[in-house]
Amino acid sequence: MRVTLKIWRQKHGDGKGRFAAHALENVTPDMSFLEMLDLLNLQLASRGEDTVAFDHDCREGICGSCSLYINGRAHGPLRGVAACQLHMRSFRDGDEIVIEPWRAKAFPILKDLVVDRSALDRIIQAGGYVSVKTGGAPDGNAILIPKPVAEEAFEAAACIGCGACVAACKNASASLFVAAKVSHLALLPQGDPERETRVQKMVAQMDAEGFGACSNTYACEAECPKRISVAHIARMNCEYLRSKVAAIAETQR
Amino acid sequence: MILDAKIPEGPIEKRWQDHRFNLKLVNPANKRRHHILVVGTGLAGSSAAASLAELGYRVTTICYHESPRRAHSIAAQGGINAPKNYPNDGDSIYRLFYDTVKGGDYRSREANVYRLAEISNNIIDQCVAQGVPFARDYAGMLDNRSFGGAQVSRTFYARGQTGQQLLLGAYQALSRQIAECTVQYWPRREMLDLVLIEGQARGIVARDLVTGRIESHAADAVILATGGYSNVFFLSTNAKMCNATAIWRAHKRGALFANPCFTQIHPTCIPLSSDHQSKLTLMSESLRNDGRIWVPKTAGDMRPPNGIPEDERDYYLERLYPSFGNLVPRDVASRRAKEMCDKGYGVGATKLAVYLDFTETIERNGKEWVAEKYGNLFDMYQQITGENAYEAPMRIYPAAHYTMGGLWVDYNLMSNIPGLYVIGEANFSDHGANRLGASALMQGLADGYFIIPYTIGDYLAGTGRKPVDTSHAAFKDAERGATAMTDRLMSIRGRKPVDEIHKAFGRVMWEYCGMGRSESGLKAALERIPEMREEFWREAIVPGKPDDFNQELEKAHRLADFLELGELMVRDALHREESCGGHFREEYQTAENEALRNDDKFSYAAAWEFKGVGEPAELHKEPLTFEYVKPSQRSYK
Repeated sequence: MRVTLKIWRQKHGDGKGRFAAHALENVTPDMSFLEMLDLLNLQLASRGEDTVAFDHDCREGICGSCSLYINGRAHGPLRGVAACQLHMRSFRDGDEIVIEPWRAKAFPILKDLVVDRSALDRIIQAGGYVSVKTGGAPDGNAILIPKPVAEEAFEAAACIGCGACVAACKNASASLFVAAKVSHLALLPQGDPERETRVQKMVAQMDAEGFGACSNTYACEAECPKRISVAHIARMNCEYLRSKVAAIAETQR
Repeated sequence: MILDAKIPEGPIEKRWQDHRFNLKLVNPANKRRHHILVVGTGLAGSSAAASLAELGYRVTTICYHESPRRAHSIAAQGGINAPKNYPNDGDSIYRLFYDTVKGGDYRSREANVYRLAEISNNIIDQCVAQGVPFARDYAGMLDNRSFGGAQVSRTFYARGQTGQQLLLGAYQALSRQIAECTVQYWPRREMLDLVLIEGQARGIVARDLVTGRIESHAADAVILATGGYSNVFFLSTNAKMCNATAIWRAHKRGALFANPCFTQIHPTCIPLSSDHQSKLTLMSESLRNDGRIWVPKTAGDMRPPNGIPEDERDYYLERLYPSFGNLVPRDVASRRAKEMCDKGYGVGATKLAVYLDFTETIERNGKEWVAEKYGNLFDMYQQITGENAYEAPMRIYPAAHYTMGGLWVDYNLMSNIPGLYVIGEANFSDHGANRLGASALMQGLADGYFIIPYTIGDYLAGTGRKPVDTSHAAFKDAERGATAMTDRLMSIRGRKPVDEIHKAFGRVMWEYCGMGRSESGLKAALERIPEMREEFWREAIVPGKPDDFNQELEKAHRLADFLELGELMVRDALHREESCGGHFREEYQTAENEALRNDDKFSYAAAWEFKGVGEPAELHKEPLTFEYVKPSQRSYK
């Protein structure tokens, strides 16, 4: 296969970027998308040219490092698939492929296709945990959790934190990411004691980071490599309202 | 040098308890005066950093990822062992201990393994309390499955994403401490050197991977939790960034490297399809619980698998090992697959694969049952190969996966360098010559949550140290060294990209120091590796600038170390004239092609001391004694 790549090249975060075209031959359908980029980088490197920087690591669709916006879609054309699990058999000989980084105010570009997603870490730091210390935990079966609840919590917990939801959203909202963690922990009895403060702190941090508001277009769910449902956003909103009502009730007691 | 493993005396079931009592404690008010540096934020590093910060220590973490949540612990699929005996099938701490010592082919320390088995139950409780969504049954109780060679169901799991969920638990615990400012956190930094002052580990030098700045971090003790070195083979199931730089540079500063040749080849990986392939993908070996492994009885049979009738298939593991069948340990399953392919029975285009067949399970339990248990693995297989494994059997082949070797540590997880601790896959301690399935997560978290928080206090309370900061001459020297090495890498004016050299080197390592090893092959590798190292320093090209985000430079630093470590692996493999666990020497096998140990000569951990690049390392032996689990030839018949 032969493809023409239009790749966003940007030397530094504060510099100006531009699209650069690279023609690439000898691409095979069984190559992964990232192996296709490896091939390009091998060629660039052997000529002593700066290689295309992109975040990647496990290449198994689980670490969440991938952050490629391919032909106008986060992680490319397939549903429920991270860019590293995308293969060139999803493209045709002669295709032009446009590759951009995640575009969002809260994700500043570091270089080429690499963005800074530390805002997502700071949202977790704001409250995305159970405040349990090491040691002294009760037996794992001391608190029973109905199977459907555990399953639903797992579905939310499967978020890989890649930020595709933000990249796909016209408002660059991180609602699906935040909701996945709020929902995961609110569903479980272990997360229950802090559920009200957690949702408030995480939502406040999301706003402080400059992510946009959710306007229910469901683009996030469509592009999520783990197919996390927007129903979790509804649960987050419900948790948020519940926590506000609880706070008002507390002041009037 | 005398290696003192500091293994406590007394009955094995009381050793850890007694040892904990004998360890010195740091007064709660004094803990904040001690500063601990944790390098690596996977399961072991994150859990250690969080737990130490909770205790009141000042903690700094270094992480080469953009976030701790990206660490490769996340890719562990199968599960985590604990002998809770919830299924009432006869499990116990002692049985897990026994299985692990035996599975490690009698090359691990009994006391360490017993402690690991003992602690594993606490890990499950801890993770449940953090909100890890383990699989549950309809009564709401935690579910267990049997895994990788165990005859009891002791593996806890969260679908095929157990590593992810456990890592997120540890990451969240760490995040809470970062928010409370008890942990200082430096992402996108890679350790390039260890700094010793008066013989004690007092900090590191790291490179900021965004700006290229070389910077120092000082502390009272250093913990390395930087994972394994399977990427020495280039193609492995490890993530692309996994590397040996932190442990290797600590080794060059004097830390002993133990059992480097003990590498694990995982039997159920997706086979290599082409030369462009950048990594191999593992599928959880839990697949072996319900899938049956076979090859055609006729070598070179090209018929599609579904067209080969039942009586023309060789379910070789079931034939050779009637009692364990498809659940034999990883090393046995891997070696047998290689043997079948070497004899010409391999399947698929490359002939380097065997079938893993779910037809019988699907007929018995239905497709939905299989999909619930293994759905994500079937999806992954389809994504990579383009084939539907519900309709035709998967093709699998072994791949490098885990390294049991690592820096030598004593019972307290401290290396031979005072103040340098090594935890998780980076150390050598618990798995002997072969790691059993679902015990990597167990060891990483045991080290981080429940061992290091106790043992490091003993060192901090008991050892005098003068206050130092990064202006000390030792830091400045190490910074200059790291800068010089970076400049040297940037100045190689060759034409070969780093990955191209790494790929060729990986092939040499796989060929001669992979699944099967022989004296002649290892000697050939010892000739070849120094040449490849020279070739790297002459022919490589590292484009870009040193003071910039430069992924080619990152790779060059890592490959420079792999090229040295590879030689040590080969030397270790050559000196160990026996077969044990993942180390299979062709010359040492039984009439039935099983690994033949030599307990009289090799019942020790081989700890190597660095003597210079290209110079033979010096061997130090830590004898292993087995008071409880008497060495016998492993039999899975």
